[in-house]
Amino acid sequence: MSVVVEVMPKPEILDPQGQAVLSALHRLGFTEVSSVRQGKRFELELDGDVDGAVLARIEEAAATLLANPVIEDHAVHDEIA
Amino acid sequence: MRVGVVTFPGSLDERDAARAIRYAGGEPVALWHADVGLARVDAVVLPGGFSYGDYLRCGAISRFAPVMRSVVEGVRSGMPVLGICNGFQILCEAGLLPGALIRNDVRTFVCRDQPLTVENADTAWTSAYQAGQRLVVPLKSGEGGYVADDATLEALEADARVVVRYAGANPNGSMRGIAGVASEDGRVVGLMPHPEHAVDALTGPGTDGLGFFASLIRSAVAA
Repeated sequence: MSVVVEVMPKPEILDPQGQAVLSALHRLGFTEVSSVRQGKRFELELDGDVDGAVLARIEEAAATLLANPVIEDHAVHDEIA
Repeated sequence: MRVGVVTFPGSLDERDAARAIRYAGGEPVALWHADVGLARVDAVVLPGGFSYGDYLRCGAISRFAPVMRSVVEGVRSGMPVLGICNGFQILCEAGLLPGALIRNDVRTFVCRDQPLTVENADTAWTSAYQAGQRLVVPLKSGEGGYVADDATLEALEADARVVVRYAGANPNGSMRGIAGVASEDGRVVGLMPHPEHAVDALTGPGTDGLGFFASLIRSAVAA
């Protein structure tokens, strides 16, 4: 089974990568896009079924390593493949 | 005085850090990221570079290196630690210093001789300076923007834990122009600019950076 962890820069944290992508989109004519925030998506493959305990473990992994809570928010959800 | 310099996979500046320690009268001791224990050093420098290729986030993987467990234990018992550039990022990721470093607001790598103002000359690593003193040391980083929430910034200012601030134009969008901060007890200091590259007029903009290392050695001699 797989679990997905999504990590995004907190709304109040500057995202220069997103800004660079936004200006590139505008140069390409995608002027309807008004904002871009760039984050990360982690796909974790696990042995066995995903239950509440497993999700709690992955939540711990996300808060410990995958995201830095000072600058990033994260969300853990099980992905039905 | 024995000062450990940790090499992580991808560290770059451990030789310059060791040389700076030697110039200041200390004995540099090479430490490896996989070491368990610190070889009886009296202080540790985490040098600059791109440890673990900056994968995930700068410093995010290094902070879990085996040697870091010993560094954290050392900090708890008052051991001085200096983190330079990537070393600063590692200290923030490890929670030994507050805040975080993000990509420069100018969206480019910044490499220049950077003027700084010493804000706090009472830390283990800045006592050789005077408060308000101007320094010029190289800054070379792509992710040097210091960020922290307002409460943390206010606390840092109130407790004089901003150690050095960028003088003149802000080179990377760091909040309040913060170039380096200290722990509550002033024993752990992290900064983005590279004082170890400014210890010899032959290769640096001057010798303004030597004071960081001299501060440590002198305080040990005095004690």
